[in-house]
Amino acid sequence: MTEFLNCPIPFHTGFSAQEKIVMAHGGGGRTMQKLIQELFAKEFTNEFLSNEHDSAQLPMPSGRIAFTTDSYVVNPLFFPGGDIGRLAVFGTVNDLAMSGARPQYLSAGFILEEGFSIESLIKVVRSMKIAADLSGVKIVTGDTKVVEKGKGDGVYINTAGVGVIEHSLKIEPSSVCVGDRVLISGDLGRHGIAIMAARSGLQFETTIRSDCAPLSPMVLALVEAGVQIHCLRDLTRGGLVSALNEISQKARVEIKIRESAVSVLAEVRGTCEMLGLDVLSVANEGRLVAFVPESDVERALQVMKRFEVGEQSCEIGAVESGGRSRVLIEGLIGVTRVLDMPSGEQLPRIC
Amino acid sequence: MNLKFIDEYRDASLAKEYVNAISRAATRSWNIMEICGGQTHSIVKYGIDELLKNQVNLIHGPGCPVCVTPVSVIDSAIDLALNKNVILCSFGDMLRVPGTSTDLLKSKAEGADVRVVYSPLDAVKVAQDNREREVVFLAVGFETTAPANAMAAMNAAQLGLTNFSLLVSQVLVPPAIDAILSSPENRVQGFLAPGHVCTVMGMAGYEPLVTKYRVPIVVTGFEPLDILQGLLMCVLQLESGNFALENQYTRSVRAEGNLHAQKLLGEVFEVFHKNWRGIGTIPESGLRLARKYEKFDAEKKFNLRDETSLENPQCMSGLILQGVRKPSQCPSFGVSCNPENPMGAPMVSSEGACSAYYRYRRSVES
Repeated sequence: MTEFLNCPIPFHTGFSAQEKIVMAHGGGGRTMQKLIQELFAKEFTNEFLSNEHDSAQLPMPSGRIAFTTDSYVVNPLFFPGGDIGRLAVFGTVNDLAMSGARPQYLSAGFILEEGFSIESLIKVVRSMKIAADLSGVKIVTGDTKVVEKGKGDGVYINTAGVGVIEHSLKIEPSSVCVGDRVLISGDLGRHGIAIMAARSGLQFETTIRSDCAPLSPMVLALVEAGVQIHCLRDLTRGGLVSALNEISQKARVEIKIRESAVSVLAEVRGTCEMLGLDVLSVANEGRLVAFVPESDVERALQVMKRFEVGEQSCEIGAVESGGRSRVLIEGLIGVTRVLDMPSGEQLPRIC
Repeated sequence: MNLKFIDEYRDASLAKEYVNAISRAATRSWNIMEICGGQTHSIVKYGIDELLKNQVNLIHGPGCPVCVTPVSVIDSAIDLALNKNVILCSFGDMLRVPGTSTDLLKSKAEGADVRVVYSPLDAVKVAQDNREREVVFLAVGFETTAPANAMAAMNAAQLGLTNFSLLVSQVLVPPAIDAILSSPENRVQGFLAPGHVCTVMGMAGYEPLVTKYRVPIVVTGFEPLDILQGLLMCVLQLESGNFALENQYTRSVRAEGNLHAQKLLGEVFEVFHKNWRGIGTIPESGLRLARKYEKFDAEKKFNLRDETSLENPQCMSGLILQGVRKPSQCPSFGVSCNPENPMGAPMVSSEGACSAYYRYRRSVES
């Protein structure tokens, strides 16, 4: 993945390095115009954005479209392996990909805190632009609001996305059936641990980087290869445990996985052990779980492994039976237990 | 953070060999208590009690620091946190523990300045950075957390901080084992002693218990193979009628313990009769700040005296912490008490027996 965070930011004409966001940047006047023209319009430039109208006018494809929205409030804004801008694009792109859609257009709404550094905002916006290019989407409309100092966390971003569904599959939890195999696209827990390590107050040395990446190219390749995908879910908040429980509840099936099949980086595992966190419940931003029929497992894994984000794809379990919703895990020493939904926020333990 | 030697202690084929060895050794079912909540968590997570259900009845002990912290301490912490001039620093898993009417997490939502720290020394740093406000660290735990808490008090003294204090609820393991063994309801025939507590304190504190009650005690680690090996050592003693203090966790525990940490504890703390949540007062079972450090004692500094704290009467955490009942025998378990709405502390902490049962045990059979 391109390293874009570490390159120095050449300064935009019209903004000084020390400049901060002021209330006027959301006030509708000249100051706001300058921010839009000199930063957002310049970076995100494309034929739909440049009409500078209240709404973007987009060609409507025939067939189905996928539509989704998500808000991003991560702290810290910049972390190893990514930043809020990159998350805001990949997160929404990945939600579209979970329908097997080809992501096309994004909106971007910014809530800026008074006093936020414009230099940081430029970094975030550039990061979004690069992420959008990597995912093949255009940012076609947007909005900026400014809140008083102390009422925000620097910047919050909302993105909504539209994607085109070019296949006839029904990729959703209700398509999951007994006998389906459960695949994951790689090792787990990197994003959650990278964020936790970067948060102030938690001082342990780690080289863990967020796995934040677009999943759409891999998913589109699966669709093109003719894999009969029954369901996909990206393993964000709540990790694998939440994703499997949600699918099991919606599809009313019992899913059983093997703990020994799930791979976790040694460093991620060590940190989870230290803090008493269950790595299966830790967030990822570039991993998915896929439900496919047994006959398609080999082909699916072959396709997934062609992509950097899917290099370590593997089968971890199967849908065992229907009629009741529950997720089971065969533990490392062979005893099966319930894998329950995590409760609330995971809190590190005492000792 | 790269930890070595994790997989080696979770090896399925070695685990099977230990289970077979325990099965061959045991002529009857033995009641063995694991003291520490970390051990309880491993046992329930990996299903060790299920693997050995005919040979060992594992009784879960009181070694969950969150669970044994009195309600009055939680209430005091909440009161302090709601004071606008106070920053309350705490370990993460104290935040959801129910006080009489609320918890720290809800108080945080109401505007209390509650900060999760990973070390008491981080709280000292918060005090340095916020000289105009009072910073209180909720210093709970067993002998494992005590040295770092002692270090925080020492650090604050060296820095001349006047805005830092500790709300202390420190407890000690050996007096708790004594209380369990002297109870008329006791069923425990052997113990797995907590490996990390012994890493700090050494093994000497357990010798008098072995002699007084003629009971085997095996200092044990936390990984599945540690626990299985500890259980085998305990069962072999019970079957041969022996009672001795043994050390399974030799890769961490030395007989004398960590002398530097013990010196620190002796300097900063003194032993006193301490109240345990759900259990009551156990003689000489707690640590409080010694006179030399009493200016860092939040209880004295803020004149905290909570006489109105109340346990939920439906919660049987006391019986669970003493090993008299198992979580699944509580009528509220999973019905009116769950991790989102815990009635008692053992449902909150990752080291609490109720939480471990709720997470790993619920409805596998059903």
